[in-house]
Amino acid sequence: MQQLIYFFQKFKYFLFFLFLQFIALTLIFNNLNFQNSKYINSANALTGGLYSRVSDISDYFSLKATNTQLIEENTLLRNFLNQKTNTSFTVDSIVIDTVKYYQKYTYTSAKIINNSYSKAFNFLTIDKGAIAGLSKEMAVVNAKGIIGFTDNLSPNYGRIQSILNKNTKINARLKNGYFGTLQWNGLDYNTVQLIDIPRQAPVKIGDTIETGGKSAIFPEGILIGKVIEINNDNAVDNVINVKLFNDMSVIGPVYVIKNLQKVEIKRLENSGNE
Amino acid sequence: MNKTVYFGLLFVFLVFLQVFVLNNILFLGYVNPYLYITFVFLYPLKKNRFVFLLLSFALGLSIDFFSDSGGIHAFSLVTISYFRLFFIRVFFNKFEVDYPFFKLNLESFGKKFNYIVTLTVLHHFLLFSFANFSFQNMSHVVLNTLYSSAFTLILYFLSIYIFSKKQ
Repeated sequence: MQQLIYFFQKFKYFLFFLFLQFIALTLIFNNLNFQNSKYINSANALTGGLYSRVSDISDYFSLKATNTQLIEENTLLRNFLNQKTNTSFTVDSIVIDTVKYYQKYTYTSAKIINNSYSKAFNFLTIDKGAIAGLSKEMAVVNAKGIIGFTDNLSPNYGRIQSILNKNTKINARLKNGYFGTLQWNGLDYNTVQLIDIPRQAPVKIGDTIETGGKSAIFPEGILIGKVIEINNDNAVDNVINVKLFNDMSVIGPVYVIKNLQKVEIKRLENSGNE
Repeated sequence: MNKTVYFGLLFVFLVFLQVFVLNNILFLGYVNPYLYITFVFLYPLKKNRFVFLLLSFALGLSIDFFSDSGGIHAFSLVTISYFRLFFIRVFFNKFEVDYPFFKLNLESFGKKFNYIVTLTVLHHFLLFSFANFSFQNMSHVVLNTLYSSAFTLILYFLSIYIFSKKQ
């Protein structure tokens, strides 16, 4: 007993040090695990509130770029609208394929108040949370393409797991239908990697990559980027480098997409396992 | 000024400086200074180290909260806080009896430089290793450590030079 007390006396600082390191390591591991990362994140009231104050000021500097982006998106949408009314009124046979693209998503607008893109595991913070009807695993996009999906939510703020996160895996496809998995190797924030594309798929430099719609999170056909490098030699993994349409270092307003049928899809997928 | 109030204010100031100013610098796209480790250099040496270790942990954790990084800042900061005394013994040859009289800015520049560079590089290396969290991009980690350490050290010595009292 004496020995034991003496031991604690002698190594009390070291033991305390180990104790603190143990807590820190637990938090690190939890943060990397999607299911458990609920304690340390920037979506709580204090950090979220401070970030939105700072973002209110810094937003003024990017007003011009944001306006340009909105105008571009409006132009695109107006063109779509015109096309749709024209075709559906004049040529009866060419209509929008409603079986494939019918309304099953709702959009909520939000603003990025904290951006990060230089780390290996990047998260963003938005100024909308559970009160605005958001929940875990909803797609986050803007006019140019995908950004990530919601991860943790407090009442007023939300944390987004960025596409620039080594844990993020998204179903993506070529325009011709061949699909693979999109992930990031943690190096360049403009380039992500498309893997598991079949070798017989005809891929060319400059091909557009979009979301595949085979997950319950992302609607199909959302733009991602274009192919800039194809690794066709003897490598085991068939990696295709994709340059994002989005410049992830300057993103402001975003849309959060809610899938109205997600519960149904999840229930169906889970029932198959039993 | 009262020591407790001074270090309380320093704590809050360092968190805000790091989170709202320095984290947004991103020189060349990824190089950031991490000046909050100044806390470890400024906090006085004491025999009782519980408060100091706990404060370091809290400082690191506050920065983790803002930067969504789990506990990597807390881990690396607590590590250099714990090994601070070891390096003081190695570089300055000071022991427990000397702690109350020890003042970092009264030491010669060479020793001070060695001490601060060692702790900074150690901290940055741990930080980037855990931020990367794999053995894949090791060159990336080493480069990041070198660039960011240089950035932190330049900023640290500049700010010490500016804010030090004239003799």
